[in-house]
This record gives sequence, structure tokens and C-alpha cells, in this order.
Amino acid sequence: MQPPPGWWFAVVPLAFLAIFFFWPVATVLARSLSPRGFDVLVSAATWRVVAFTTGQAAASTALTLLVGLPAAYVLHRLHFRGRRLMLSLLTVPFVLPTVVVGAAFRSLLPAAWIGTVTAIVLAHVFFNLAVVIRVVGGLWTHLDDRYEQAARTLGAGPITLLRTVTWPLLRPAVVAAAALVFLFTFTSFGVVLVLGGPTSTTLEVEIYRRTVQLFDLGGAAALCLVQIVGVLAVLAVSGRLQRRLTVRQRLSRSDVALRPTRSSLDRSLVGFVSVLTVVVVLPLAALVRDSIRVGDHWGVDWWHALTVTGPTTRDVAAWDSVRVSLTYALAAVAIAVIVGGAASCAIAYSRRGSGALDIGLMLPLGTSAVTIGFGLLITFAVAPVDLRSSWIIVPIGQALVAVPLVVRTVLPVLRAIDPRFREVTSTLGASPMTTWRTIDLPVLARSLGIGAGFAAAVSLGEFGATSFLARTDAPTLPVLIGRLLTRPGQANYGQAAALSVLLVIVTIAAVLVTERLRRAGSEGL
Amino acid sequence: MAQGLEVSAVSVALGGYVVLDRVDLSVQPGEAVALLGPSGAGKSTLLRVIAGLEAPDSGRVTWEGADLADIPAHRRRFGLVFQDAMLFPHRDVGANVAYGLEREAMGARERARAVDELLSLVGLAGFADRRVETLSGGQAQRVALARALAPGPRLILLDEPFGALDRELRERLSIEVRDLLRSRGTPSIHVTHDPDEAHLVADRVLRMVEGPSGSRLVDEA
Repeated sequence: MQPPPGWWFAVVPLAFLAIFFFWPVATVLARSLSPRGFDVLVSAATWRVVAFTTGQAAASTALTLLVGLPAAYVLHRLHFRGRRLMLSLLTVPFVLPTVVVGAAFRSLLPAAWIGTVTAIVLAHVFFNLAVVIRVVGGLWTHLDDRYEQAARTLGAGPITLLRTVTWPLLRPAVVAAAALVFLFTFTSFGVVLVLGGPTSTTLEVEIYRRTVQLFDLGGAAALCLVQIVGVLAVLAVSGRLQRRLTVRQRLSRSDVALRPTRSSLDRSLVGFVSVLTVVVVLPLAALVRDSIRVGDHWGVDWWHALTVTGPTTRDVAAWDSVRVSLTYALAAVAIAVIVGGAASCAIAYSRRGSGALDIGLMLPLGTSAVTIGFGLLITFAVAPVDLRSSWIIVPIGQALVAVPLVVRTVLPVLRAIDPRFREVTSTLGASPMTTWRTIDLPVLARSLGIGAGFAAAVSLGEFGATSFLARTDAPTLPVLIGRLLTRPGQANYGQAAALSVLLVIVTIAAVLVTERLRRAGSEGL
Repeated sequence: MAQGLEVSAVSVALGGYVVLDRVDLSVQPGEAVALLGPSGAGKSTLLRVIAGLEAPDSGRVTWEGADLADIPAHRRRFGLVFQDAMLFPHRDVGANVAYGLEREAMGARERARAVDELLSLVGLAGFADRRVETLSGGQAQRVALARALAPGPRLILLDEPFGALDRELRERLSIEVRDLLRSRGTPSIHVTHDPDEAHLVADRVLRMVEGPSGSRLVDEA
């Protein structure tokens, strides 16, 4: 029995992708091939920025692995009190909006460090630790420990074991995690904008600066080109490496039983992770402190200031940006759910061409948010389709980033439907349409709800694309935070801290609701 | 005019391998036929071809003389019961049984009564509100049978329906099903790899024999 034809569902996502992704990217590429673009491409300043971008990404990745690998081991293999709590706390930073991470480290670090590469790398480690812990730990919990037991009976000591068994089995996950962290830090925008300085600037920030401050669109487009080539190179190298290193192994289906913490090495590793957890909480605590610290006393002045259209925020009452953020999130979720849902059906049901659509939809995720924002800006800010004055372009940009997440949530569930259910329904007299309505749709609805939650979290925290697209008089929460942080004075800073705390609460609430939904709906077809 | 089901010279190749090689089979009205054979011999494939879930590469399937080639599975009115019951996990027992009745013009109350009747027919009266994951293997298979019988199929196809159950339960259920189908006059094709079960349930036992170019059916002596 066949589900409805895939191409029918592919129309909407293909159109969306073509208009709002490929067209803008093509526009960027065309713009970069101008004389101005060429000048920028060959200038020494550009290559200094490229070198800094790559260098800080490499340093951030190395340090994240160094800290994250022991943490992955401790949190996924050892049994000790507080393990779950530590795992949750260490995962929190990853769901935080990047501009909030930047603000938190401004609160935490001494003023002299701001604008240095140290501040940027520390914030990146904070943000990406969860990637290493989750990706590597996810494989580590399922490593069948009988491999290690076999090696032990063959005379391998702890070091030999690690070198000859554990590491080779784990290596693909380590490479995958490293590639992700490198990509995130290579294209990091919010953190660098807030914590970077004149000499510590990355491609992303430089694209933004050229667009917004210098109106050098040709130069910005050229930097986007460099950015795209860089991302493609990372993807190609890591993809090759992963394929070469992947080992066919028997994974235990359930989690491997956690080992009691006995050896002194294990005990000191647990101690290390405990300290790490405290360190990870510090930036957030500093943020909360700064939101209620007024001069030399405590108070809610900054929170109160959020409600007024005053000289501090100059343009809008901060509460208005909460309304703006929620409205945009609602629209972005609607777009992402429709496009992502249709795309999932198209990919799941079609026999040919589904791979291409799948990859096509993943491209916006690999493309930096700044490139997407810049591309939409220069494509749609001109006649005949001047969408720049329309607010809808903002949620569209956010949805581009969110659609891949919706697809990754919905598609596996849709694919996991046992085809025999569709066979049963047809032998019971259900037409293909009825089968889709009674079998696929209930599953789809539930996982779309989860995808909507992720999309909401993305939209609320999205900074890269939104910075380019949001209207000056209608900033979203992250954009307003970024704006306040660039202005001098404690009042601006205090309000930025207060707004950041607010955004953290909203984002974590969205993630928790989604997570609850996901757990509740774990029984599927 | 020809009566019942007629399968003539059906061949199927899957992934380059010939699975069925010019298979012939007929099922008379009210008759219970068992198909015996080792796993992988193509018994299930034959059932899927009859149900309309798989198109044969050549050959014909007819019902009362009419070719079924252009009739999709959901219009054939052939019921199918899988080895693992494949009950819909998002519906309770009653709603599973009701599935095939939902496209018939009947009121909710009438449908509920029909479901209750079917459930008592398979010895599960009062189970309508149970969640499917609370059922034992044998109970789940009974529900699957009730679900298949609900829309009044012209033919029931059973694909190792009790293969996952222990021997004692399997024999008991086989007899129950045989008597149930006999009393309703519904013809059936019962796939199994257990010769005892085959002889227990069927009026006629056929054996699927793997040949050099795909499996063929021969009459079991």
C-alpha cells in the first residue's frame, strides 16, 4: 500500500526554499563578484579576520573537547549522587540565546578581558559544552561494555583499554561533536559581537559591521562568500573523516548500567565535573546579580525601567519588544510547522529525489544566520518586492533556521511508522487518503507540536538573521539586548541584564514544555 | 462462472530474486486452505499479492471470475491478520476493531454494538476500553482477528497469526478460529510453518516448495 505521493507535499517547501534561500544566496554570490567584492577578497585585512575567525574556532573547539570529554564519560558511565542534576545544568547553556551568553560573560568577566580572544573562547566553551557531552555521551552510554571486558580478559590495562578499544569505538562521535562545535564557533555572531573588539572580530561580525555601519554591501557579500566556502570545507572534511572512522559495532540497545564510582581517578573526575557545573552556573548568576544591582545597592530599578519609553532605551519600551518577539515567534512557528511538516511528508513518501530535498532543507542550517539575514536583506529590500518594510520577513528568516529542526523532529517519527499499519488499514477498506488521515496524521500532529516548541525557542533567541531584518522601531528581545549592550552607562547595561534574564526564562520555559511533550509522546506507531 | 478465489500462474521477483514461480491456487467458497513451507519460501509474498499489497510480475488473481489487477487493496474486501497483531497503538481495543466499520453508514451506537459483538465472538467481551499495550500476545491476536472480521471480508488471510505464541495456546486459538470462520462461512488462507497447525485448521493443505527458480505450490498428500 502506498502513502500519498511525495511530490504533492514537496511543492510548498521547494517554493519556500527557492524564494527565501537559494534566491538570496544567489544574490549574495552575484554581489560578491563585483570589483568591490574582489578588492575586499584580496585585502590583507580580510585575511586577518579569516585567520582570527579560524583560530578562535579551533581554540574553542579544542578547549571544549578537553573539558567536555571527561564530563561526557563521568555523566554517562558513572553512578554518583547529583548526576542527573549536573547533566541538566550543563545542558542549559546550549539553549540560551547567543546574545544572552555574551551578556552573561560581560557580567562575569573582569572589564579588562572584554574584547579579548580569551573572553570569546570561554563563552564558546560554555555554550558548546553540551554538544560534546550529548553527542559523545550519547554514544558512550550505548557502548557495549563487553568489548572492554573482552579486552581486559586479554590483558589490557586501563590505558591500553582506552587507547585500543574505547577511543577507536568513540572516535566517530568525537569527530562529529568537534565538527559541530567548530561550525558553531566559526559562524558565531552574538557572542563575538558582544564580547569581541576591534582586533578580535570574526567574519560574521565583520559582515554585519560592513552592512549596517559602512553600507559596504559588496564587501559584505564577498565576506559571505568566504564564509560559505569555509563552512562547506569543514562539512566536507568532517564528513570524510567520519565515514573513514565509522566502525560497525554492536551497540547495546538500552543504556549500559552505570558503574559505581570507586577508583581514585573516577572520584577525581567526578570532582572535576562538580566544579565545572558550578562554573557553568556562574555567568547566569552574574547576569541575575547585574539585573538587580543599582549603583551600590540592590533594587528593581532596571526591571521597572523596562516598562517606560525613556531616554535610556530611546526608541521603545522594552516590554514592547516582548510583544514583538512573541508575535514573530508565533508567525515563525506557523511557517516552520507548515513548511517543515510538508517537507517531512515529501521526504518520507517519495522514492526518488527525497535525498536532494533533505539536503536542500539542511542547507540553511549550515549557512550562517548572518549570511541568511544579509541575503534576505539585499534581495528583498529592493523593488519590486520590498518586504523590508513588512515585518513578515523577520519570521521568514527565523523559520529558515527552524525548518531543519522541525524536519529532524518529524521525519524520523514518520519514517518509523511500520508500513504494515498502512497495509492493515487498506485491507480494512481505508483509501490512501483515509489511511493518511488515521495513521500518519495523529503521529504527525504530535511530533509537529514538538517541532513547534523547538521552532519557538529558535525564533525567540535568533539574533544573527534578525539583526539584519528587524525594523529599528520594532526590535525583538535579543536585538534590543544587543543594542543596549553597545551603549555606555550602567542604566543601559542593567536593563540589558534584566531583559536577558527575562529571555532566559521564556526560552527555558519553551524548551521545558517541548521536552515534556516529547516524553509524553514517546510511544509511537 | 468461477467461484471463490483463483490465483493463476503468479510470479513475483523481489530485488532480483524470483520468489514465486508461476503459482496456482484456488479457494472455494467457505473453504479453509493452509499454506505450509519454510520461512522465506514466499508464503507471505503470496498473501500480499492476493491482498493487493504487492503487484505480481505476471499471472492473475481473480475473484468470482473477475480480474482483481486494477482493484486496490482497500476495495478488495480481503481481511489480513499479521503475525504481530499490528494493533494501532493510538487507539484502544474497541477503536481498533471499529476501524473497518468507520467507513460504513452506521451510527455510533450501532457501531459500538457491532464492536462488542465481535469482541465477544473472539472471547474478549468487555475489552473495548482497554489500551492495546495491556494485552497479552494471544489477546492481541484475537483483537486483530476481530478487527479483520469487522468489515465483513469476503476472504480472510492469516499470516502466521499465532507464530509468536506458545504451542498450547496456538492450538487452542487455531481451533477457535477455524470454528469461527466455518460458522460464518468465510473462506480463509492460513499461512504457517507448523504442519500440525496446518492440518488442524484447514480443509486442504498446500506446501510451498522452493525450486531452482522460485517457489511453487504442491498439494500435500
